[in-house]
Amino acid sequence: MSTQLPKQTEKTDETAAETETDVPSKGDERRAEKRRRADERRRQREAEEAERAAADEHTVELRVFRYDPDVEGKQEPRFDTFHVPFEKGMTVLDALMYARDTYDSSLTFRHSCRQAVCGSDAMFVNGGQKLACKTQIDELEEPIRVEPLPHAEVTKDLVVDLEHFYDQMEAVEPYFQTNEYPDGELEEQRQTRENREKIKMSTRCIWCSACMSSCNIAAGDNEYLGPAAINKAYRFAMDEREGEDVKQKRLEIIEQEHGVWRCQTMFSCTEVCPKDIPLTEHIQELKREAVKNNLKFW
Amino acid sequence: MSQSYNRGLIEDFSRWREFEAGMWAWIFHKFTGWVLIGYLFTHIAVLSTAIPASGAETAVLQAGNDVYTQTIVSLEGLLLVRVLEVGLLAVAVFHMLNGARLLLVDLGVGLESQDKSFYASLILTGAITVASVPTFIAGAF
Repeated sequence: MSTQLPKQTEKTDETAAETETDVPSKGDERRAEKRRRADERRRQREAEEAERAAADEHTVELRVFRYDPDVEGKQEPRFDTFHVPFEKGMTVLDALMYARDTYDSSLTFRHSCRQAVCGSDAMFVNGGQKLACKTQIDELEEPIRVEPLPHAEVTKDLVVDLEHFYDQMEAVEPYFQTNEYPDGELEEQRQTRENREKIKMSTRCIWCSACMSSCNIAAGDNEYLGPAAINKAYRFAMDEREGEDVKQKRLEIIEQEHGVWRCQTMFSCTEVCPKDIPLTEHIQELKREAVKNNLKFW
Repeated sequence: MSQSYNRGLIEDFSRWREFEAGMWAWIFHKFTGWVLIGYLFTHIAVLSTAIPASGAETAVLQAGNDVYTQTIVSLEGLLLVRVLEVGLLAVAVFHMLNGARLLLVDLGVGLESQDKSFYASLILTGAITVASVPTFIAGAF
């Protein structure tokens, strides 16, 4: 929370003290109103739920990819069908969790925060790379087909091996480095607002690997850094605080043979990114940076 | 990643179904590029058979009896060639328009509307192709 918080609470205390003499106080009125509305909402929700239960219960059909190399009889990949009762606001991840908890506890998939922050549950849903926790069921056509990410080795069911993706991410040295320090020992390394704005979108990457999986070039070229790694490189190369030396080093990494020049601007990564990072734009900008870096007019 | 677990047709089918504008543009650009290269070499091969016409007498040239004119006239007499010419124009126009689109993409202009510019180049290609049909097909039937 912001550092302004204590001041604000003081203020509300003051106003509370001022209005104490009023009977009933404005705060009381507001709280009563709030309670009344909450009651109303609860009654309405209960009524809706009862109505839904009374009506034929709506279920969604999920076809989930299953494969388990360790169990004989499950080594042949297959699709399992699950019928999951639909609830308003249900995501693909919710449905999968329901299926796992209710029907088949061996159904395996990664998930953690369930709110599109951890990036664990990128999957191939109805033919597109999606973040399962961010994909609403009612926006999808039924039956919903859930598969592991393409172009990665399937470990089990919906879990793929992301080791290669992480290797590529690490190849661009995804951490802040600089040779230029501010004067004072305890001085902060400040960034201009404009510069922060420039790299803002690129900092939103959650390492879900959806872009890497959607990229046709990355599928055919194992050494290609991939959209996520190049975006990471962009995030630091464009950060003015890193200084010229480090930027030079970063450009050398991204302009190598399997770096930015592999990108053929298909925009697949930009389409699938759950965080709406303009990946292609960043890759193109790095291409221009690389050209500017190497073009010399004598 | 290329040694990934083979999911066979399942994966291929899904991928084909979910192609987005940028992906189609890429596929079409590759395809039209190869067609144009193929045409270029055919063009060179066919026309080099007509090189002797450069040594022909002026009178023969004017009468249209030289090997160059004969080659062109006989080719244009084939309905298949007329139809293929329309196709060639379509391919060339798309490659040019999409090339201009890719130029904009490389310059970082209008990346947000890359799909719209792809559709626009498709529509323009269609319009120009249709408009060219009378010219190419005239007298072929």
